Amino acid sequence: MDTDLSSQDRKDLDKFIKFFALKTVQVIVQARLGEKICTRSSSSPTGSDWFNLAIKDIPEVTHEAKKALAGQLPAVGRSMCVEISLKTSEGDSMELEIWCLEMNEKCDKEIKVSYTVYNRLSLLLKSLLAITRVTPAYRLSRKQGHEYVILLIIIFNCIGFQTVRVGTVGTPVGTITLSCAYRINLAFMSTRQFERTPPIMGIIIDHFVDRPYPSSSPMHPCNYRAGEDNGAVYPSVEDSQEVCTTSFSTSPPSQCVFTVTKAHFQTPPPVVTDTLKVPVMGLAFSHQLSSSRLSYQPAALAVGSADVGYPVLFAGGLTAAHPHQLIAPGKEGGVPPLPSQPAHGTQADQERICTPLDGAHYSAVTPSSSEDTETVSNSSEGKCGSPHDLLETVFVRKVGAFVNKPINQVTMANLDIPFAMFAPKNVELEDNDPMVNPPDSPETESPLQGSLHSEGSSGSSTGNTHDDFVMIDFKPAFSKDDILPMDLGTFYREFQNPPQLSSLSIDIGAQSMAEDLDSLPEKLAVHEKNVKEFDAFVETLQ
Amino acid sequence: SARTPGPPARRVAPAAAGAAMNCRAEVLEVSVEARQVEEAALAVLHTVLLHRSTGKFHYKKEGTYSIGTVGTHDVDCDFIDFAYVRVSSEELDRALRKAVGEFKDALRGSGSDGVGQISLEFYQKKKSRWPFSDECIPWELWTIKVNVVNLATEQERQICREKVGEKLCEKIINIVEVMNRHEYLPKMPTQSEVDNVFDTSLKDVQPYLYKISYQITDSLGASVTTTMRRLIKDTLAL
Repeated sequence: MDTDLSSQDRKDLDKFIKFFALKTVQVIVQARLGEKICTRSSSSPTGSDWFNLAIKDIPEVTHEAKKALAGQLPAVGRSMCVEISLKTSEGDSMELEIWCLEMNEKCDKEIKVSYTVYNRLSLLLKSLLAITRVTPAYRLSRKQGHEYVILLIIIFNCIGFQTVRVGTVGTPVGTITLSCAYRINLAFMSTRQFERTPPIMGIIIDHFVDRPYPSSSPMHPCNYRAGEDNGAVYPSVEDSQEVCTTSFSTSPPSQCVFTVTKAHFQTPPPVVTDTLKVPVMGLAFSHQLSSSRLSYQPAALAVGSADVGYPVLFAGGLTAAHPHQLIAPGKEGGVPPLPSQPAHGTQADQERICTPLDGAHYSAVTPSSSEDTETVSNSSEGKCGSPHDLLETVFVRKVGAFVNKPINQVTMANLDIPFAMFAPKNVELEDNDPMVNPPDSPETESPLQGSLHSEGSSGSSTGNTHDDFVMIDFKPAFSKDDILPMDLGTFYREFQNPPQLSSLSIDIGAQSMAEDLDSLPEKLAVHEKNVKEFDAFVETLQ
Repeated sequence: SARTPGPPARRVAPAAAGAAMNCRAEVLEVSVEARQVEEAALAVLHTVLLHRSTGKFHYKKEGTYSIGTVGTHDVDCDFIDFAYVRVSSEELDRALRKAVGEFKDALRGSGSDGVGQISLEFYQKKKSRWPFSDECIPWELWTIKVNVVNLATEQERQICREKVGEKLCEKIINIVEVMNRHEYLPKMPTQSEVDNVFDTSLKDVQPYLYKISYQITDSLGASVTTTMRRLIKDTLAL
């Protein structure tokens, strides 16, 4: 029980857990960016190195992690996951790993928070550093580039594969465990069936083109590649964050001195052009669609690339105010029973908002968050346009209305309106041919939302379409709220966006054209033979 | 025994006769080609030392101390499909490379059929009164048993690269499991005792006191102890 923990200890512990979670995400993400990491040891403590480890803070990663946490902490029943998947230039994708930070109920009351727990968390981070180099995804991520990219999703409240336990640290309120679930069978399973439109032109997807957009320009690729930039240059930590200056004492606990100072770094200027070269390479927050299978469509943020054409992005704003149920998609398929605790979540609704990774956006969003704990959730308001208590999740299918129009989407996107690219106004840019692009359905909705959305959705199947962002809610009429909403919802969803006619797909089109061309000489020969008959026919017409 | 001045410190529990009992021992075995010996040994040693090194302590008044920051450095192996993380400390890296180099040379040397082991021992010093010399009490011992194989074809070597890489991955996972059991660690020392627990000679990091030694088994199976190397500068006791 918490009553045994002094309030100072409790505060310290919460802070440790929070920064541990953030550092965990940093380590994992940095280990999958494809670059070798090298940080310097420093004999004099700078006060900003949590857990006495030199782990750089990539601001965008911190930002996304904070958004994922939304002011909460990993706690018993609330876990944080980072999912790593691989996506090829042809659009196939495969989950590689899920890193889970969890807490179970086993409490260690005797342990000293500010000392032992802290040091053990530090050890755990070192273990994480070691283990992240040991799974197959590390080598894959080092070689990412033209043929595939590595995508990362930060999920708060999620679900595996083979697991390796990195380690555990007991605290007075629970035991922190860190483990990794990683895929072993690397045999590729094509998810192409869900791709309604293949990449245009079949050229190699280069997600990593460094777009020299000025900061005020529309969104640019989330998945920058480290290699394009000059080394792993990390922008300095501009977010204000609390600094931990820990002093340890060898005296008995009553004399233990623990000082924490807050260092407020200067607020970054609103226009940050140099952070366009974000070293968050390969970092794309992808979306998971359905509740039934995790592999169901992670969509990559292929912004700026004509190729993949998938809109990316998903925002899952799970806030404490409205814990929702989850339709926990097991990776292995099937629908696990709904967890009894409403606070659980699954991937689907934890899609994180993938806001453009340029600094301008972020700095605009995090202006006044001088206090990490309090304003984390605030930062997801405003720009992201997510009202605090709405479950803002934009589910955009990989197919459908917005496919094949990536460039247009890109240009439409706008920093201030992160979801502008999905907004209805894009419709006018699309092909009018309803055959090529299915008619714009009421923004694609996820059946999950039906059960997740705790606002008064009165069973209507249309979501709320705001100017700023696309709908959230999908509650198929007469569908049952809870147990298996996916049935009707999935059905509805799937049939809203039927597969593109094969004759209209470019590939087939190209193929048939090729065939046509091939058969042309034969046809000509035949026609030539029958020339007299044709002539006669023509004369009868005259 | 005389009390050291200053606030009472938590003394290290002396483990005289029970030293062996308290010493945690882990053994890892690898079969590698000759050219992979160094990288494999370094990978294991560096991984262990990553977990057993802290930042430099800076003692302040009132018995408190602050801890420096440990940086990390990714290392890619040339002869093994493997990468690992080590502490960012050139001094420490040099020390380990030196020891591993000697081990490798000894393995290659005569009388060896390619079987040997290199050990990393963490110990604490216990000051004794004159005329007795300080005791070194080990509290953790990591032994890497190395089996050198000779491969004939390039294809075999390529497979060996991958296999050894996978094996090392398992070893790293084993090491991490042991580390995270949070078993015995020496108590944090006072300023006067710090050299009994930590190696304070490096300028950027502070590993626990350690020593590296190795043994080569000759073809007759008898163990030929070569060198006990002390990589720490002790104050010589009488």
